[in-house]
Amino acid sequence: MDKVMRLASEKGVVIFSKSSCCLSYAVQVLFQDLGVNPKIHEIDKDPECREIEKALMRLGCSKPVPAVFIGGKLVGSTNEVMSMHLSSSLVPLVKPYLC
Amino acid sequence: MISAGKVHLFEDLLTQKTRRRNMNTTSTHFVPPRRFEIYEPLNQMSMWEESFKNNGGMYTPSSITIPTNEKPDSLSEDTSHGTEGTPHKFDQEASTSRHPDKIQRRLAQNREAARKSRLRKKAYVQQLETSRLKLIHLEQELDRARQQGFYVGNGVDSTNALGFSDNMSSGIVAFEMEYGHWVEEQNRQICELRRVLHGQVNDIELRSLVENAMKHYFQLFRMKSTAAKIDVFYIMSGMWKTSAERFFLWMGGFKPSDLLKVLLPHFDLLANQQILDVCNLRQSCQQAEDALSQGMEKLQHTLAESVAAGKLGEGSYIPQMTCAMERLEALVSFVNQADHLRLETLQQMHRILTTRQAARGLLSLGEYFQRLRALSSSWATRQREPT
Repeated sequence: MDKVMRLASEKGVVIFSKSSCCLSYAVQVLFQDLGVNPKIHEIDKDPECREIEKALMRLGCSKPVPAVFIGGKLVGSTNEVMSMHLSSSLVPLVKPYLC
Repeated sequence: MISAGKVHLFEDLLTQKTRRRNMNTTSTHFVPPRRFEIYEPLNQMSMWEESFKNNGGMYTPSSITIPTNEKPDSLSEDTSHGTEGTPHKFDQEASTSRHPDKIQRRLAQNREAARKSRLRKKAYVQQLETSRLKLIHLEQELDRARQQGFYVGNGVDSTNALGFSDNMSSGIVAFEMEYGHWVEEQNRQICELRRVLHGQVNDIELRSLVENAMKHYFQLFRMKSTAAKIDVFYIMSGMWKTSAERFFLWMGGFKPSDLLKVLLPHFDLLANQQILDVCNLRQSCQQAEDALSQGMEKLQHTLAESVAAGKLGEGSYIPQMTCAMERLEALVSFVNQADHLRLETLQQMHRILTTRQAARGLLSLGEYFQRLRALSSSWATRQREPT
């Protein structure tokens, strides 16, 4: 979906979440700990919430939120972010976008 | 009238009474014999006959306690003595000389009845013995479960002998049993690792042991995931763990970074790069754990808000329940994420270490948990001793 890809490129690190989703919040906290200020899109506040959800699922996410984009490319959900961080491959990826 | 010829039968009855009295001083408690002792022998015999007839020849005491030094044969002897012929002899005293055939037939019938009664009694006593053994076995299992720190009721509430409240579903019961097997297999694997590492072992065998140990942990995470869907609070509270393990609980399990801190000094001959990698892993772990913990705090906050929403004190709160239930769904995701973190930590360690180091690491990890479990039971035993 165009809107999704446009929103995903707005900043170096973009997280699609929902205001009620605490796991999305956890992911946000992690990036902040790494020195990155991610852009948060709370899709439940977006009038096109359903379409965005469908688009995110189509891109390969098992759950629509949290969906993490780094450099405009989909990285994945909480699982992928955690795995990457533990294997030390997350930090190099966010290096260009440190505050 | 009692004729002289019946005296020997009378004496039999008296010895039977004595024998029964002796039996009562061991540990068997049959209610009727005690009652018998205060009666005259004549009354005793008619009571025997009555109970014998009423129970179809089977001696069934009203309150059953499990006998310890039961000798079925002596009892059946009593039965036969108590009934064989005697009452009938008294009643038919007049016809002894007139109808010997009848008497013989009556005697034969009595013998047959007594024999059947003996067999029934034997079967019954055997059944009691089996039940007694089963009871002992169950009590042993209960003790073992208590030692392992499983919640076991103190027997005060007889309906909840094993602490299974009404809320505990069959899925959780199944999980606890599966976990019991898991621990047994874990102990076996630890012994195997210990044995193998003390001797000469080739890398291939070691690698397969390491793979099995890893798979074993993955299996636990799968089990937990299934159980979390059934009762997430049960998993979050670490209810299946022993008490000391629960002291270190973080999100329904061990905290990976803590574990790395504990085990790091025990890794032998870590190369510099390895030390660096392990330290990086520990730091990443801590950051991931912090993030999840903060997410969990937010969940607690939003849940509390949902529960307290609207007017508190009105007495009606169905919408609040619905909203709170939705929030609680997220708890399952958190538990799964925590387990995912544990899994990833294990896999990263596997990647960083050599096969032999990984084997030692898994052995250390396994024994660390064994020690925690041992601590739980030592502590439980200590607490039970009167001061």
